[in-house]
Amino acid sequence: MEHRLAFFDAAGRLWEVLVRRIDRPLFALALAIVAVGFVTLFSAADENVARMTNQAVSLGLALVAMWVIANIPPQNLARAALPLYAAGVIMLVAVALYGVIVNGSRRWLDLGVVRFQPSELMKVALPLMLAWYFQKREGRIAWFDFVLAALLIAVPAWLVKRQPDLGTGLLLTASGFYVLFLAGLSWKLIVGLAALGAAAGPYLWTHLQDYQRARILTFLDPSTDPLGAGYHTTQASIAIGSGGVVGKGWLNGTQAHLDFLPEKHTDFIFAVFGEEFGLIGNVLLVVLYLALIARAMMIASNASTLFARLIAGTVTLMLFTYAFVNMGMVTGILPVVGVPLPFVSYGGTAMVSLFIGIGILMSVQAHRKLVTS
Amino acid sequence: MIRRRLFSGRRSSRRVDFGPRDLRNPENEVARFRGRLAVAAGAVLVAFGVLVGRFVYLQVAQHDHFRTLAETNRIAIVPIAPNRGVITDRNGVVLAQSYSAYTLEIQPSRVRDLDATIDRLAEIVDIAPRDRKRFRKLLEESKNFESLPIRTKLSDEEVARFAANRYRFPGVEIKARLFRNYPFGEVASHAIGYIGRINDRDLARIASWDESADYKGTDTIGKVGVELAYERELHGTTGVEEVEVDAAGRAVRTLSRVPPVSGNNLRLSIDIGLQAAAEAAFGTRRGALVAIEPSTGDVLAFVSRPGYDPNLFVDGIDLASWQELNESPDKPLLNRPLRGAYPPGSTIKPFLALAALASGKRTAAQAFADPGFFQLAGSTHRFRDDKKGGHGTVDMTKAIVVSCDTYFYLLANDTDIDDNFRFMSALGFGKPTGIDIEGELPGVLPSRAWKRQRFAGAQYREEHRKWYLGDSISAGIGQGYTAFTPIQLAHAVAAIANDGIAFEPHLVQSIEDSRTRESRPVERLAPVAIPARPEHLAVIRNALVQVNREGTSAAAFKGAPYASGGKTGTAQVFSLKGEEYKAHKVDERLRDHAWFIAYAPADKPTIALAVLVENGGFGAQAAAPIARQVLDYWLLGTKRKEPAPSIEGPQGDDEDLSD
Repeated sequence: MEHRLAFFDAAGRLWEVLVRRIDRPLFALALAIVAVGFVTLFSAADENVARMTNQAVSLGLALVAMWVIANIPPQNLARAALPLYAAGVIMLVAVALYGVIVNGSRRWLDLGVVRFQPSELMKVALPLMLAWYFQKREGRIAWFDFVLAALLIAVPAWLVKRQPDLGTGLLLTASGFYVLFLAGLSWKLIVGLAALGAAAGPYLWTHLQDYQRARILTFLDPSTDPLGAGYHTTQASIAIGSGGVVGKGWLNGTQAHLDFLPEKHTDFIFAVFGEEFGLIGNVLLVVLYLALIARAMMIASNASTLFARLIAGTVTLMLFTYAFVNMGMVTGILPVVGVPLPFVSYGGTAMVSLFIGIGILMSVQAHRKLVTS
Repeated sequence: MIRRRLFSGRRSSRRVDFGPRDLRNPENEVARFRGRLAVAAGAVLVAFGVLVGRFVYLQVAQHDHFRTLAETNRIAIVPIAPNRGVITDRNGVVLAQSYSAYTLEIQPSRVRDLDATIDRLAEIVDIAPRDRKRFRKLLEESKNFESLPIRTKLSDEEVARFAANRYRFPGVEIKARLFRNYPFGEVASHAIGYIGRINDRDLARIASWDESADYKGTDTIGKVGVELAYERELHGTTGVEEVEVDAAGRAVRTLSRVPPVSGNNLRLSIDIGLQAAAEAAFGTRRGALVAIEPSTGDVLAFVSRPGYDPNLFVDGIDLASWQELNESPDKPLLNRPLRGAYPPGSTIKPFLALAALASGKRTAAQAFADPGFFQLAGSTHRFRDDKKGGHGTVDMTKAIVVSCDTYFYLLANDTDIDDNFRFMSALGFGKPTGIDIEGELPGVLPSRAWKRQRFAGAQYREEHRKWYLGDSISAGIGQGYTAFTPIQLAHAVAAIANDGIAFEPHLVQSIEDSRTRESRPVERLAPVAIPARPEHLAVIRNALVQVNREGTSAAAFKGAPYASGGKTGTAQVFSLKGEEYKAHKVDERLRDHAWFIAYAPADKPTIALAVLVENGGFGAQAAAPIARQVLDYWLLGTKRKEPAPSIEGPQGDDEDLSD
């Protein structure tokens, strides 16, 4: 009897350790979107079980990563910021000098056993670094802090851009900008930068790689490239549009199942979803993302330190950016860039980094009382 | 609660307009952050609103339009693979061409039990164990849900039989695919190369050319040789067919068609007759031969023995054949002319002699007494000559003709290794010659800087990195660190034969446009003049001609109706400390490599070549007879079926044939 009690006691304590840093609303919302992902993936991968198991294994890894990060207090995450950022920049320089060329871009570092893409690390390291910096300067933030921060963004973003990987470079710049924006970058400057960006457009156009220019041209007129990216957007639009209000029903999407849709289990999975679940499904998914973002914003809003606020806010806005850019690309309102749909697209790396983001939010939420004085 | 906070945040956000100057107060800072967050929340709502608007537009307003597109008029865009260009030799003989054949293909994602399906298929068409093995291998390698061939090259009868049973096999289809055929099999395999199924690395390469769309209908790509180097010329442009498909995805009718454009045809500089003669001359021996037309840089023959049958690779090589090729100790997949770096031995002597003439450290007439060995000042080590007792009084010409080591020990002693490096580098040694196929190795042309870099590692000390005079002495007879590739030697001897003008060697002569049928020559670098005066070149060429007339290779060239220049060489594989080398006592694989370089006719050379026979023993014995057969074929049209004989070793002590 006592043994049994002791067992329950131990199990209870273990459970307590497992869940004490887990923010239930956030977790439930993320898992709900993951569930939508699995249902869609089953259809998109032609009912292939191996795909499902792979994705399940990735999810398992991602949850472990989330739990570990959630249990690290934000101040410890802040301590890792500078080393991570420095390591990231050094590796990006190493990539530029000794990187492995894949797809005509020098993005990978060959570490003997594994090939590593330092720009992935930078996606986490840059916001951490900026948040840490503003935290250090808290209370005496002046204009030159923003200049320095702009440099901290520009160096890795430029290194990634010249790999060339314009998409990731822009996403990095966006994440850095979000930190600056949340830290209080003056509106005058924001408007000024936007104007400068618009003015620099023609200059940038001439400095784009051929394939980047082709992508933008294809976006403007999909018929110019019927076998390439234009075909993707045309077919995705047909898939979503033919879904109508209620959709064709699960596993019944003709566009998806007759192989008209390219990349249908990765970047274009949203087209499969939209075809089979229709407008109702799409709106439901957008509401789920909105709820997730709202919860994440609450966490950011209630965070106790500047670092925690900035990092939580930036993670939230990046989640939004990925979801918006992906759905926008699939529905043809944004050019085709290789961004997966968060928690839905097939792929291990994205799943793990997304749940690391969720872990950061949980860490901020769970440790807010411990830090408040 | 959150709404109230967000609202208060928005109110305070007005202060932010003054910039960060007045944000010294932590309370304000939280308020400002919330204000910013509220702005972001607004942006999120707007963005998602736009998305929902787009959904409504596509799924409600345009629904009928898209439904029509998707259901009544399903248009599939089908790529049509272009016909790969034909490769011919310099006289237009076809060396590689494509043909269309039926394949039986399975789409694994649509088949529940693969093994059972294949068993049932085997009742209708012939499926060999080799086909099953290849299918397994392809299945492991494929990541996408592409269809994979279980049988290739079906007969018409088999196609008909399957068509009658097609309803029993969902996910199995007959497709017409293009295959590559190499009619000469092993001959010139290392120059032509082969194509194979596109793998991940190839996909990356295609993406880097930004040609992914153009390879939509293509399964194979050049893997090595000319097939690899000229992939983009050979491939052609993929066509597009718009077809209407029924609900099951079957094509009903063609709506529009942009035909594919065949790849361009390549004319190689190789003469397949000469190539075959050269390969036949090798018999079962391992080695390499490169023959070059000195006045153009055209590679006339490019031999790497043993070769392999490129046809094995075309529709996916089976595991057993692959292992046999890959694990054979004879290394049939090794491209010896480009990637085999061997010590040049005595073949280096004419080039070093020319270097010494150019630098003024020697004149042709300067003569030395050869006691049969050379000793460095202050050392007891004797660098032996190959002839006991020496060659008597030796000038430059005699030194090359009898291949006197002592003369070249002295020459190495009197010249500077870095001066020699500069001259030899201008002749193309120690760096890729720039031939137009991939994988060329630079070999080793030693210098002080080279040695320092070679032994830069932490495990080495200064004494390892330092250049010693002894190193120079070894280098003087083409041993020690020195290692050249057969193509480098062929290139250099061609430069000597062409009065010091060196052309970049190349395998492809011209490219014929598949549409206009116009030929254009391949772009090449301008020829370079080597830094040697005509009178010095004349000394060397005169000596080389005497080598074939009365020197080390006179036996091999006995009775030749043309005059030719040549030089034998022997590269040590195995060092016998202090012992005398006896070929028959040494294991075959440790026997010396035999070299021979040559050009002919002596006055107006039309061909220059380098031959290497691995473990062939003396150059005069094994390599020179092969060169003789090749020159006979080229200049006289003589065809021989049997391999070149190996001339018996030194006849007597005074008639030194060895090297």
